[in-house]
Amino acid sequence: MNDRSRELKPFVPAPDDDMIICRCEEITKGEIRKAVHDGMFTLTEIRRYLRTGMGLCQGQTCTKLVKGIVARELGVKPSELGSATGRAPMRPIEMKILANDGGGKK
Amino acid sequence: MNADVIIVGGGIIGCAAAYNLAKDGVSVIVLEGSANIGNGGSVRNGGGVRQSGRDPRELPLIMYAIKNIWPNLSDLLDTNVEYHQQGNLRLGHSEKNKQILEGLTERAVKCDLDVRMITGDEAREINPYLSDAVTCASWCPTDGHANPLTATMGYYKAARRLGAHFISDEKIVELRKIKGRVCQAVSASGNIYEGSKIILAAGYESRYIASTVGVDIPMQPVLLETLVTEAVSPMFWQMLGTADADFYGHQTDHGSFVFGLNCGLEPYAKPGKPVSSSIASSAACRGIMRYFPSLEDIKVIRCWAGWMDSCADHVPVISPVEEAKGLILACGFSGHGFGISPAVGLVLSQMAQDKETVLDMHELRYDRFRP
Repeated sequence: MNDRSRELKPFVPAPDDDMIICRCEEITKGEIRKAVHDGMFTLTEIRRYLRTGMGLCQGQTCTKLVKGIVARELGVKPSELGSATGRAPMRPIEMKILANDGGGKK
Repeated sequence: MNADVIIVGGGIIGCAAAYNLAKDGVSVIVLEGSANIGNGGSVRNGGGVRQSGRDPRELPLIMYAIKNIWPNLSDLLDTNVEYHQQGNLRLGHSEKNKQILEGLTERAVKCDLDVRMITGDEAREINPYLSDAVTCASWCPTDGHANPLTATMGYYKAARRLGAHFISDEKIVELRKIKGRVCQAVSASGNIYEGSKIILAAGYESRYIASTVGVDIPMQPVLLETLVTEAVSPMFWQMLGTADADFYGHQTDHGSFVFGLNCGLEPYAKPGKPVSSSIASSAACRGIMRYFPSLEDIKVIRCWAGWMDSCADHVPVISPVEEAKGLILACGFSGHGFGISPAVGLVLSQMAQDKETVLDMHELRYDRFRP
């Protein structure tokens, strides 16, 4: 069980809080740290709340970085945090190409 | 652990109920079975905040929410829920489609909803990206959409700030009665949570949990699939649907389009973890491009799937249970629970406090299924 009312160390602003971590969605380190203090304790919740890893690269660049920041804020090992779900398609694909799967000919 | 009210299910319904209870000073524990808050239909829906096309039994809830809660929700929750109220277009391309839309419109007008039939040209005046394939539409100017992800997490954040106690990874497997009243929820790991009221809002799982106190709600899991595109400059803010129900969706604040899909095979999806099929997105792209040819070059970047708790008569059960006093059911939302969730959270908090509910809820009782 994961108790969401457990005490975290207080949020202290840091000089690198303006650093962009998720480049596709332009989410900063400070926003991620604050989200943890607002109760977002898993990578999936951070994603739903801030959109980290939901842009064009689908988190292929920032997932590891986000995980490290969240783990540090929670005071746990990064390996204790599960990962967010990977989703199809592997690369962005135009609608007109995706539509051309041979169906719809009736 | 004890609280005045135990809520089983940390989706938007459970979080909204917890928010309203905590605001009234009621102590509340929310138990989420999965690792993540809002892991079911709450974050796996098309984001419609829509009155048109709804069952008349659900209309009072959505009309109340749109009038009284949605416009201020971002401020209430200190979270941008991206609410837009710029109308709903339901599109048609044939005489048969027109008859479907006229039937829906007639039913809604009887319930005092401002919705009307318009021509293809009138629809193109509202949304200039529509193709000539559209020959008719229904138009409800007070409908809209919002972001299910931030709305769900916003209710969670706000409820938590007000002192609601959330525990995830805590799957409830049994309810127990003491002296004839349902007052305990027991987790798979054996922890017992006790309260004078238990709200059961665990999606389809509610069926198994309710059965431990002899209550059964006729519902089935049905797959819902969605595709999300890359972000582009704002094009339009209406919520879209079709008479064929082959796709629905909108453009988000972020610029991406979110389109819900419907290829007809959803009730026959593989059980277990919800997985996007390989054919639904392609079928939906064909439907979307027929009405919006200019979207053909936009890139799909993500697909996802989720389970709906589809009730036998396609509206939810939101009701205290007489044979199991203390238990309040909130399940069977059938894929359209998101828009009404702010009103449902309010009504549930009133039920749990034995107050009169702000809306008459008798049409959504648990004992309506007797033939």
